Amino acid sequence: MPPTATKAALRVRQLRKTYKDVVAVNGLELEVRPGECFGLLGPNGAGKTTTIEICEGLTAADSGEVEVLGMHWDTDSKALRQRLGIQLQETQLSDKLTVLETIDLFRSFFHQGPGGMEVIGLVQLEEKAKSRVGNLSGGQKQRLALACALVGNPDFLFLDEPTTGLDPQARRQLWELIEKFKLSGRTILLTTHYMDEAERLCDRVAIMDHGKVIALGTPRELIASVCAEHLVEFSAGTTTHPLDLTKVSAIDGIRDVQRENGSVRMQVTELHLAVPALLAELGRQSVPLTELRTHSATLEDVFVTLTGRHLRDE
Amino acid sequence: MNNSHPLVQLTLVRFREFMREPEAIFWVFGFPIILAAGLGLAFRNKPAEVLQIAAVTPQLSTPLRAEMLLDVRELPQAEAEAELRNGKVALVAEPGANGTVVYRFDDTNPEGRSARMLADRAVQRAAGRQDPIASSDTLLREPGSRYIDFLVPGLLGMNLMGSAVWGMAFGIVDARRKKLIKRLTATPMPRHYYLLSFLLSRLLLLVVEVGAVLGFAVLVFQVPVHGSLLALGLFCVLSSMSFCALGLLIASRVQTIEAASGMTNAVMMPMWICSGVFFSSQRFPNIMQPLIKALPLTAIIDALRGNMLQGATLAQLTPQFGVLSAWLVVCFFVALKLFRWR
Repeated sequence: MPPTATKAALRVRQLRKTYKDVVAVNGLELEVRPGECFGLLGPNGAGKTTTIEICEGLTAADSGEVEVLGMHWDTDSKALRQRLGIQLQETQLSDKLTVLETIDLFRSFFHQGPGGMEVIGLVQLEEKAKSRVGNLSGGQKQRLALACALVGNPDFLFLDEPTTGLDPQARRQLWELIEKFKLSGRTILLTTHYMDEAERLCDRVAIMDHGKVIALGTPRELIASVCAEHLVEFSAGTTTHPLDLTKVSAIDGIRDVQRENGSVRMQVTELHLAVPALLAELGRQSVPLTELRTHSATLEDVFVTLTGRHLRDE
Repeated sequence: MNNSHPLVQLTLVRFREFMREPEAIFWVFGFPIILAAGLGLAFRNKPAEVLQIAAVTPQLSTPLRAEMLLDVRELPQAEAEAELRNGKVALVAEPGANGTVVYRFDDTNPEGRSARMLADRAVQRAAGRQDPIASSDTLLREPGSRYIDFLVPGLLGMNLMGSAVWGMAFGIVDARRKKLIKRLTATPMPRHYYLLSFLLSRLLLLVVEVGAVLGFAVLVFQVPVHGSLLALGLFCVLSSMSFCALGLLIASRVQTIEAASGMTNAVMMPMWICSGVFFSSQRFPNIMQPLIKALPLTAIIDALRGNMLQGATLAQLTPQFGVLSAWLVVCFFVALKLFRWR
């Protein structure tokens, strides 16, 4: 089936945006399919927020084309706004209003959608309906922000860093809510710099760096395309008795050996063969092993492999 | 659940945010009333003064006490004279030879001379003197000519300006700082509703605010309202809208509360000084008068004083109406041109 057979929920072509002397988005291309959860993953400053805000019609692009649900911002903005649910990064809702009052306000802007208490139920804030927003915890505020995006029963949900700054429990709770929305078959575009978030929520991920997409695919595909299945990190040797890395690199099934802050990082296909071989080599060189870690490859490793940097280096 | 109009919801939000801010309530309602009460007390008109005098014998003090304007004390001769020298009493009445009365006082002191006339009249009347011509007094103490009458319209004008300019500038800049404006523009909310909700909530509060200050002034200090209440209300609404437009202009681009606060003070300070809140703006040099008259606060205070104290009609207050309308239109259009929604 040709890719144009299903109409894209979002199509972005040759998008460019420059702030003074910084190129935020540099010829970006994207296509989000209806009903999928699509993630923009990248470090701070990669251009994720600029991209999503251009798609939300809040920022004007310098050039390029954006089509959302088959419509364009310059001609159909009124109709489009009715169908989108948007959560921005770092919006502070009014502290003096209650949860229900806040929801009622946002609900009044939309022609259709669930009632106030129903939306509050969706994000599990029933007990806080009469509480002032100022008295909510960080996770509860974030769930309220999500509720404000859901009041219009949107076909397309935009989430900009929905769990940034939350504790692990609050993050998991929010993930469950987003997964529930996903199950209803509607489209989500989210930005994040957490690889675990992208791996858990997203059907497909675009990894962004310096305003461009540098890799695109399902989390599994991305990991398989650039990495072997496992990663091994270890520290060995001293300044007086350093490790000879060339011998390690020569071991079968070990590739892409890199030194990184005093430790060594490498990819291996078969852990049960590579690790004993590594230990044997260290023994031959009589180099003491101070640390050894192995883990399955993640999107973080994809990013490191592609750029040589970590997602949260900045 | 979804029968609520966005404009109603937005206005409700503004109203709730205001009512849940105790400081704002104090500045809008409490402050002008406390100020008016304080100044009213300080500048109250004193009752006609009572003169202190001394009498040496009970035969003299009894008839003298019939005079309401004299406060008579009965003292021994030596003590009475000492009190006179110290200025504690204006006059000493003492018996003379053969049933006569002697008044001891300083004739260069007006109080002494008044006391002499009042005391002698009381003594003579007690002795049976009849006045050949009957007389009566008409006392002139006109409300509207006191300082409190002058002050209340000034405070009212200052209050109209302060609440509108602060309310507008702070509300908008705070929402912009919190990225709340940006969040709202990401919804289908019609943008003009957002600004309209500020004006509507201001009008709602205006009724309470003007009512409280004016009601207090009328009930407690009997400040007059000679002109038509309708015209008074019209001027309050018009000026409040003009000041809202001024606040909107200040808030159109500012990103921080500090900058908004600085600009608001810079705009209002010259008006607090020049527009005649506490004293007549006529005291400034003639060369400054056209400028002062063009300030919106001068216009509303002059209009309020004209209406309340002189009973001026709307037609007589056309210049003030024009000044306020011009500020409204110009500020509003410039503000809309400059306004940033993020």
